[in-house]
Amino acid sequence: MTEPLVTTSSQTVGPFFAIGLPWEDGPFVVPAGTPGAFHIAGRMVDGTGEPVPDALIETWQADPDGRFDHPDDPRGAVSSGFRGFGRCATDVNGRFEFLTLKPGALPGQAPHVDVSVFCRGMLRRLVTRIYFPDSDNSADPVLALVDSEFRHTLIASVAPFGYRFDICLQGQDETVFFDV
Amino acid sequence: MRLPTYRRDEESQPPVHWPDYVSNPGRAPKRPLVLMPQRLTEITGPLLGAERVGQHDNDLTVQHVGEPQGQRIVVTGRVLDGDGRPIPDTLLEIWQANASGRYHHNGDRHPAPLDPNFSGVGRCMTDAAGRYTFTTIQPGAYPWRNHHNAWRPAHIHFSLFGQAFTQRLITQMYFPGDPLFGQDPIFNSVRDPKARESMIASFDLDATVPEWALAYSWDIVLRGKNPTPLENEEDEDDD
Repeated sequence: MTEPLVTTSSQTVGPFFAIGLPWEDGPFVVPAGTPGAFHIAGRMVDGTGEPVPDALIETWQADPDGRFDHPDDPRGAVSSGFRGFGRCATDVNGRFEFLTLKPGALPGQAPHVDVSVFCRGMLRRLVTRIYFPDSDNSADPVLALVDSEFRHTLIASVAPFGYRFDICLQGQDETVFFDV
Repeated sequence: MRLPTYRRDEESQPPVHWPDYVSNPGRAPKRPLVLMPQRLTEITGPLLGAERVGQHDNDLTVQHVGEPQGQRIVVTGRVLDGDGRPIPDTLLEIWQANASGRYHHNGDRHPAPLDPNFSGVGRCMTDAAGRYTFTTIQPGAYPWRNHHNAWRPAHIHFSLFGQAFTQRLITQMYFPGDPLFGQDPIFNSVRDPKARESMIASFDLDATVPEWALAYSWDIVLRGKNPTPLENEEDEDDD
């Protein structure tokens, strides 16, 4: 076996990604009007509590049956047409939102959404997860990796529009970020 | 259920904390990252993009009525995984400054001219062999106030999905021999010299278009898969 290739290094997304990366339909994991759809919305703040107006947030999640339309999901093909992916740039107030459906539970895991955060100032992606306050999260193996003192930063709260999930890069409520 | 996972390659990646980049300390999380074993959500990912690529998206020199100013270049290469396997049908998105070092973005206050014929944004899908090609304009360097007389080396931003959430990558492609490398904290945040070099394209005479454009080639390597032991263990019950 030959020596593995060097993985290309991550570099910052910089302050001007908005000329290219945001998609008009990015925040719509499902189209507007989809039955059962709700918003996950929140605000991203830095270490001083100031909004982060130049971040790109992306989400990836299972469909409502807990399935992925992907060849490496060993449970076989699905044809729900569920995109599973969302992309939203933060606005001047650090706000972002996604329209989606609640992911189903996965084998051995509570329903969750994987989140990527890119912003000026970070040289690499930050990864976190959104869990739901109205699911049974007690046996989730990823939450179990997290110090109980910080676990709440991964659990969204119920809001009139769906769920609220804030991302704090630093400070007392610093969001838990993962190394995948 | 045993799943394929992707190798970590920390050596090749910049750190979370890198204070030489002055906007890093106020944003980089203070607590250590929590090591998360990859599961279904991390080894799958969005396989999309073809429907987002328009006719002129891979040629940034023909997106307007007139031609942009500057040196035409072709940027071409392959998207591979860590074992050298091509990654076909994956979306690449690029963005860059124009020939004078200015982005088509309201926040860019660098007093260099905008070019009404250059947006600096491109998209394409890799072909069956993992190959991509863009035609664009050589981007200019620009000052950015990170430290006294700070200048970014010329670069093109690249965003890639690969085949899994774990392979997602946003990076920058640099040009060979740039005299600005030594003073750039973003380029130098990658501590491994081999990894730093892997961000630099090569001049590629064979890919030039005679009487038209110079060319650079640059292969992008996304994280490789760990060997899956099951492939040779047919007897084992995986249910």
